[in-house]
Amino acid sequence: MQYDAGHYDVIVIGAGHAGCEAALAAARLGCKTLLITINLDMVAFMPCNPSIGGPAKGHVVREIDALGGEMGRNIDKTYIQMRMLNTGKGPAVHALRAQADKLMYSHQMKLTIERTPNLTLRQGMVEKLIVENGVCKGVETKTGAQYFSKTVVLTTGTYLRGKIIIGELQYESGPNNQQPSVNLSHNLRELGFELVRFKTGTPPRVLKESIDFSKMEIQPGDEQPKFFSYDTVEPPPGEQLPCWLTYTSSETHEIIQSNLHRSPMFSGAIEGTGARYCPSIEDKIVRFADKPKHQIFLEPEGRYTSEYYVQGLSTSMPEDVQLKILHSVPGLERAQMMRTGYAIEYDVIVPTQLKPSLETKLIEGLFTAGQLNGTSGYEEAGAQGIMAGINAARKVKGLEPVILKRSDGYIGVLIDDLVTKGTNEPYRLLTSRAEYRLLLRHDNADLRLTPIGYEIGLIPEERYQRFLHKKRMVEQELERLRTTKVRPEPHVQELLEQAGTVVLNNAVDALSLLRRPELTYEHIERICPSPYELTAEMKEQVEIQVKYSGYIEKQLQQVERLQKMESKKIPDDIVYEEIHGLSTEARQKLAKIRPLSIGQASRISGVSPADISILLVYIEQYHKVLAARGS
Amino acid sequence: MLADTIAAISTPLGEGGIAVIRVSGDEAVKRADSIYVGKHSLEEVPSHTVHYGHIVDPRSGERVEEVLVTVMRAPRSFTKEDVVEISCHGGLISVNKVLELLLLSGVRLAEPGEFTKRAFLNGRIDLTQAEAVIDLIRSKSDRAFSIALKQVEGRLSKKIRAMRQELVEVLAHIEVNIDYPEHDVEELTSAFIRDKSDAVIAQIDELLGSARQGKILREGIVTAIVGRPNVGKSSLLNELAQENRAIVTDIPGTTRDVIEEYVTVAGIPLKLLDTAGIRETSDLVEQIGVERSRMALAEADLILFVLNYGEELHDDDRQLLQQVKDRQTIVIVNKTDLPGKLDMSAITEMFPEERIVRMSIKEGKGMKELETAISGLFFSGEVESHDMTYISNVRHIALLEKAKQFLQDAIASVDAGIPIDIMQIDVRNAWEQLGEIIGDSAPDSLIDQIFSQFCLGK
Ligand SMILES: Nc1nc2c(ncn2[C@@H]2O[C@H](COP(=O)(O)OP(=O)(O)OP(=O)(O)O)[C@@H](O)[C@H]2O)c(=O)[nH]1
Ligand SMILES: [Mg+2]
Repeated sequence: MQYDAGHYDVIVIGAGHAGCEAALAAARLGCKTLLITINLDMVAFMPCNPSIGGPAKGHVVREIDALGGEMGRNIDKTYIQMRMLNTGKGPAVHALRAQADKLMYSHQMKLTIERTPNLTLRQGMVEKLIVENGVCKGVETKTGAQYFSKTVVLTTGTYLRGKIIIGELQYESGPNNQQPSVNLSHNLRELGFELVRFKTGTPPRVLKESIDFSKMEIQPGDEQPKFFSYDTVEPPPGEQLPCWLTYTSSETHEIIQSNLHRSPMFSGAIEGTGARYCPSIEDKIVRFADKPKHQIFLEPEGRYTSEYYVQGLSTSMPEDVQLKILHSVPGLERAQMMRTGYAIEYDVIVPTQLKPSLETKLIEGLFTAGQLNGTSGYEEAGAQGIMAGINAARKVKGLEPVILKRSDGYIGVLIDDLVTKGTNEPYRLLTSRAEYRLLLRHDNADLRLTPIGYEIGLIPEERYQRFLHKKRMVEQELERLRTTKVRPEPHVQELLEQAGTVVLNNAVDALSLLRRPELTYEHIERICPSPYELTAEMKEQVEIQVKYSGYIEKQLQQVERLQKMESKKIPDDIVYEEIHGLSTEARQKLAKIRPLSIGQASRISGVSPADISILLVYIEQYHKVLAARGS
Repeated sequence: MLADTIAAISTPLGEGGIAVIRVSGDEAVKRADSIYVGKHSLEEVPSHTVHYGHIVDPRSGERVEEVLVTVMRAPRSFTKEDVVEISCHGGLISVNKVLELLLLSGVRLAEPGEFTKRAFLNGRIDLTQAEAVIDLIRSKSDRAFSIALKQVEGRLSKKIRAMRQELVEVLAHIEVNIDYPEHDVEELTSAFIRDKSDAVIAQIDELLGSARQGKILREGIVTAIVGRPNVGKSSLLNELAQENRAIVTDIPGTTRDVIEEYVTVAGIPLKLLDTAGIRETSDLVEQIGVERSRMALAEADLILFVLNYGEELHDDDRQLLQQVKDRQTIVIVNKTDLPGKLDMSAITEMFPEERIVRMSIKEGKGMKELETAISGLFFSGEVESHDMTYISNVRHIALLEKAKQFLQDAIASVDAGIPIDIMQIDVRNAWEQLGEIIGDSAPDSLIDQIFSQFCLGK
């Protein structure tokens, strides 16, 4: 029996990492929001690795936080280990990575959602979208409840027609043996969406008490942990827990080789496209046969559980083979397997069907985000979630969507890649995907995005003032360094000599001293201390901005040049079939992607510079004709 | 790409050998001034004035070319942007050198039809002309594309691909160190990066050397005069060169070797090759000559195929006709002063009328028609190939030079202890510059390389 179960502004389907961010953003922007998910015990659950962050992904978490999202705060409250990676490299690639307490992470997020005004959390299986005249009006659940809304955000992760594969065994299932979402997939197909099949996988889990850590190398957290969120001031209670490193053995490789015929990867049982980014162990051993051993990290899944995640052993081998593989790894000889590794196949929406706002082109008011859009990873999901939530809310309010540029952040890179180029495997962010890596740093996520977050309405006044204060202080200090003259006095010369840099002949400004590779801000502080009260964060900002100014400046110029292409908009109602000079391939691609700007159009593969020129000429004529008609 | 500064040779070598390079964009004056020495800095001169001076290589201080420079400031110019026109008269080599210096100074080589496009976008050309502008861009780009494609095959691109492969392996390694810091891939040492960069720089230098030589050899459109013995090939060369360059006799088989001569026809530079008449022969010396004729025929951009109106079509003629019919060919029916024995229908079936020229060198008839036919082919763009090879040659040299510069910067960064992810920018730029030469700029290929070179994942 169908019944009217209520009216909302925004409905979010699926409370994974994308759904949680989407729902929180919409509710915080004042929309009456419903978050509906299959199992309330799985809110913000991590079905795969118990960690968040790392290069590019950690940057994204910072960006989500700088926009006013939840992921950064949530992991800061629930991590059991924090490490800054790449500290030996430049500031642009410093990357924070946390081991999460999986259960705490989930509980904490659920609590935050429950306590957020305007937000209703509800268990239920959505089977159908209510669509009238190409506009999404709500959703219908298995139990017949009809929820109505102005916009809907779909974030079904890997649940859509999910299928778990373990060796010869296959069964319909969402991740971690959850109920899959089957009817919704059929419904999407009926509505006209193009879906493809992707594949991912997870390794077995083992019991801590059965691991021989003496054969492994310890990997502790940082002594002075940094945080993801600009809000966090102190670490969560409790000691950090270490991870452990071991390696596969020649025996492991033999076991896999001799059982390959039982692997669904090679027997052809798996049809979905897997990511090169997280291959299974059998994949690695086949593709890199020369490599004698592979790293295996043992990662705790939480503080109040003995389950350990075996990173590096993702596999869909039959269970008996998995056991043999485990036991061939030094330190895991007696390991007790608690959960079996598996591969999972699921339906994905071809993301070129989306606008850069993440609204579908096909159905107005319907947004999609997360793994459903073909990405992999919690962070990538969260990033799309917050943007979809923001734009779904803005649509309700009749506002223009917010679209981040590639030069604004990794979030911009991610979404632009998805909707412009699509992806033929689960998409993972990498720092090398960003052309302005030097600008998209971990340290300056707030400078890049907090003004936008404030403008949207997700950053509260108090936090914004704190941000402005930091920004001002950094600018003041930069100005001071620029105008402070350092004279060749004895104590200065001595200090310079100690630091291994040439002494002064004449007075120079402090700024150019700081530019010397041998000197840090600490040295400058000793030479000419600042009168301002600067936090460690502010000092770091000053140092980076001075030291890398030349390179930063160059990238900024590039951005500015491209900015002209980005700001050149393509009219909504352009009919590509009418532009006779375009090449056939360009015409088809443009008609499919429908880019918003010339900049976006130029990134579509198969669209040549000549096609762009022709498009520009056409648009110019189009505007002039319109103007002439108007007057 | 919307408003950066662009340059191109805007007129091919005209009468008197003057070529004009046009520069347009915000930085046109500044960039031109950076390679110009004259009485006044170009940045200070008033608009619409002409200045005498020299183009100087800023790296060596060497004077490259004596020039007249016209400065036209926005909006009173063809593109409504700042425009500088540099007139050179020292032949193609120095024109190209000037263009090369401009490209090195940060100006971009204009895309086909780009000046016209800008003129249109900036409101200089009436909007009713949009279709015409689109047609122009399309046809010019397609032509440039097919020429570029021809060049991409072959030795140069093989070398460039090899260099790019070396660089992309380094890049992939750097990226792995960044994106997978805990992975058991060893960190790249600075010594390794320096060695690799040095090795690639050495290869670039080698290419630059041969590219420069190549330019000097290939001046003008290579035009081969071919035909049976005694049809009047050498007479035609002498007529076009307006001097008695080749020996003319009534003995078939007079010319035994390829004779080169540079001429300008209707303002188009041609490198003329007079060849030995092609026929079956038992004379060893003549055989070698015929072999050379065939080679010249194969390499030519334009073929002037000569027939004798006073004789019937010979088997040798038929064979040659087959060979030249799908090439850029003008058929010259010579000796029209003689009673006609040639079956013209065999020729008119194979060639359009505008490609057939009837002439009598003896009576000085048909020269104008020949000029028209040559310039017709040239300006329709069909014989543009050489000119274009040329321009893209300049482009290649500029891109090679830039790639080299980036690698030198990378080495300097390594030596200064700059972090690897920042130094990576230079290596990546070098890789991209090389990619532009062969039209390969897909950024995703780096990511492909990372995952094929290293075993990564959770
Ligand atoms: N009647 C007449 N004779 C011509 C004409 N053009 C050239 N000849 C004569 O034809 C003869 C051959 O001329 P060449 O120019 O030496 O011919 P070629 O094609 O170079 O001959 P090979 O070098 O032997 O292959 C000479 O005696 C010329 O004077 C013409 O238009 N009419
Ligand atoms: Mg001769």
